[in-house]
Amino acid sequence: MSALENSLQGLRETFRRDQVWPFLIDKQSKVDVSNQMILYVEGLNLSFDGFKALNDLNLYVNDGELRCLIGANGAGKTTLMDVITGKSKPDAGSVYFGQTHNLLTKDEADIAQLGIGRKFQKPTVFEEQTVFDNLELSLKTDKRVIQTLFARLSPSEIDRIDEVLAIIGLKKHRFMKAGALSHGQKQWLEIGMLLAADPRLLLIDEPVAGMTAQETERTAELLTSLAGERTVIVVEHDMEFVRSIARTVTVLHQGSVLAEGTMDQIQNNKDVIEVYLGEEAAEA
Amino acid sequence: MSKLINWFTEGRSSGQYTLPFVILLLGVTVLASAANLLLPQDSALYVSTYSITLLGKYLCYAMLALAVDIIWGYCGILSLGHGAFFALGGYAMGMYLMRQIGDRGVYGHPELPDFMVFLDWQELPWFWLGMDQFWFAMVVAVVVPGLLAFVFGWLAFRSRVTGVYLSIMTQALTYALLLAFFRNEMGFGGNNGLTDFKEILGFDLQADSTRVSLFIATAVILSLVLLASQRILSSRLGKVTLAVRDAEPRTRFIGYRTERYKVWLFVYSAVIAGVAGALYVPQVGIINPGEFSPINSIEIVIWVAVGGRGTLIGAIIGALLVNYAKTRFTAIMPDGWLFALGALFVLVTLFLPKGLMGLYGQLQSKRRQSAEQEVQS
Repeated sequence: MSALENSLQGLRETFRRDQVWPFLIDKQSKVDVSNQMILYVEGLNLSFDGFKALNDLNLYVNDGELRCLIGANGAGKTTLMDVITGKSKPDAGSVYFGQTHNLLTKDEADIAQLGIGRKFQKPTVFEEQTVFDNLELSLKTDKRVIQTLFARLSPSEIDRIDEVLAIIGLKKHRFMKAGALSHGQKQWLEIGMLLAADPRLLLIDEPVAGMTAQETERTAELLTSLAGERTVIVVEHDMEFVRSIARTVTVLHQGSVLAEGTMDQIQNNKDVIEVYLGEEAAEA
Repeated sequence: MSKLINWFTEGRSSGQYTLPFVILLLGVTVLASAANLLLPQDSALYVSTYSITLLGKYLCYAMLALAVDIIWGYCGILSLGHGAFFALGGYAMGMYLMRQIGDRGVYGHPELPDFMVFLDWQELPWFWLGMDQFWFAMVVAVVVPGLLAFVFGWLAFRSRVTGVYLSIMTQALTYALLLAFFRNEMGFGGNNGLTDFKEILGFDLQADSTRVSLFIATAVILSLVLLASQRILSSRLGKVTLAVRDAEPRTRFIGYRTERYKVWLFVYSAVIAGVAGALYVPQVGIINPGEFSPINSIEIVIWVAVGGRGTLIGAIIGALLVNYAKTRFTAIMPDGWLFALGALFVLVTLFLPKGLMGLYGQLQSKRRQSAEQEVQS
C-alpha cells in the first residue's frame, strides 16, 4: 500500500506544475534576478560526525549587494561557502542562484561557469605560471578539453586581462611567476582571477589576512567598487575592515544566522554582544 | 600591443630546445644508420648492427619515459604502471609478428602459432583474428592501451583518487596484468610470451637493413611524438595541466572539469607508451609477461627523475643515459644493478631534485648565492 502511495507521490512530484523538468532547463540560461534576489539559502543543515557545522541556516542576498559574514571560528562561514560552490553537499536544505539554478545539483565546475567565483582563505594561485597565464586560465571561455587545446587568445580577451591587471595593480608583474609575488599581491591576483571570469557573485574568504594597512585600504576600495555591478560576499575577521566596507552584516553563530543588519545595529544587538563581541565588551 | 603580448605568451614556453634536439636526434640517427650500411665492417667508424638495435631499444625506452613525464611531470599523476601500456602495445605487435611466421614454425602449422599447437588448441582464439594484418595490429596497439587507460582513469579520477593511492593502484594494475599474462589459458604464450619472429611486412627481421629501418622509424616517431607533445603542452591545455598539478581545487573552482583533463592526458600518455612497446618488440625479438613486472614501471620513473621531470627532453635524456649505464653495468656486475639504480634514485632525489635538466639552473643559482655572499662579506 505504502509502495503505491510512494509511487503516486513520486508521480505527483514529477508533474508538479510549478516546476520545470530538469532536462528542459537551458543550462546556459541567465541568472533570474527579477526579484532583486541573487542567492537563496534555505534550511541548510550539514553535520560532520555529529558536529553540526550548519544548523538550519537561512540567508538571502540581494543582487548587487556587498555582504559581510562574520562569526567566530567554527561558526560555519567557510562551510557555507563550500556548500554554495559545490564542494560539500548539505544533509538538507536548498541553495538557489537566482530563481532557477539549483546549486545543489551542480558540481564545482558548473557552478563556476554559472558565474560564482570563490577566493580561498589561503591565497591559491598557480605559482609556477606567470601572472598573465593565471588570468588567461581564469577567463570566461569554453572550458572543455578540446576547445581548450585549440584556444587562442583573442584581442578582446587580452584587453580584458590588461583591464584586470590594471584593477589589481599588477601590470608591471605581468610576466612574473605568480609564486614570486608577495602575499598581498597573491591575494590580489586571486581576486583578479575571479574578476577575469566576469562573475555575478563573488565569495571572498578573508581577503585582507596578512596585508599591510595600505594594502587593506586598497582592497576595501576594490571590493566596494565591485559591488553594484556584481554581488560580493566577504568573510572577514578584521572588524575595522568590515566596518569600512560593510553595508549589511550577517553574524553566524554555531551554524545559523544570529543577526543581520548594518554594522551599528549589529554592534548594539544584545545576542551578538553576548556571543561574539562578548569578550571584547567585557574587557571594555 | 596585443599582438606583441600574444607573441610573448606563445614564445615563452620551454620548447625552445625542442627543435634543435629533434634535429640532433635525427642527425645522429642518419649518421649511425649510414655508418652501419655504407661503411665496411673493418672501418673504425663502423657501427655494428648490435649497436643499432641497442640504440633503437633505448629510443623506445625514451618514448616510454616521455609518456610518463607527460603525466607525472606536467600533471602530477605518478603512474607506477606505465609498463602495462608499453607491454600491451608490445603484445599487439608480437601477435602480428607471430601470425607472420605462418607455417615456418617448429610445428609447421599454417595458422596456429607454435605455443597453441603445443597446447593442443584446434583454432585461433577470437582475439587473434585479424592480427595478421599489420594495420589492424597497429590499431590494436594504440586502442587497447588507450582504452584501458580511459577506463582506469575515468574510474580513478572521477572518484578523485590522487597521490600515493593512485600510484599504488597503477602498480596493482600492472601486477594483475602480469599474473594474467602468465597464464597459458590467456592465449598469449604464457610464461614464454611471444618470440621466434621471422619477418615484419615481408622483410627479414635479422637483416641489417630491416634493423636500421626499425631504428630510423623509432627515431622519427619519437621526434614526432616529442613535437606533438611540446605543442600540446604549450597550448592553453598545457597551462590547465600545470594548474591541475599545482592547485587542483583552484582549477576546479575556476570552471575546469579537472578529471576530464586528467583522463585525456592519461589516455594520450598510454597511447604513446603503447606505440613505444610496438616499436620495441620487433627490435628485441621477444615479448613476455616480464614486461608487466612492477619493477619495470618503477624504473621508468627513475629515468624521468634522473633526466628532470616536467622537461620532455629531460625524460628522453634520462632514459638514454640510465639505460646505457644499465647495459654497461650489468656486463660488469649483473647482480649489482638494482642497488646502483636505487642509489641513483636516492642521490638524484637528494641532490638533483630537478634532474639533469635542472642542473644548469641549480649551478647558476648557487653561483649567484656565492656572489651575494662575497658582496656581503
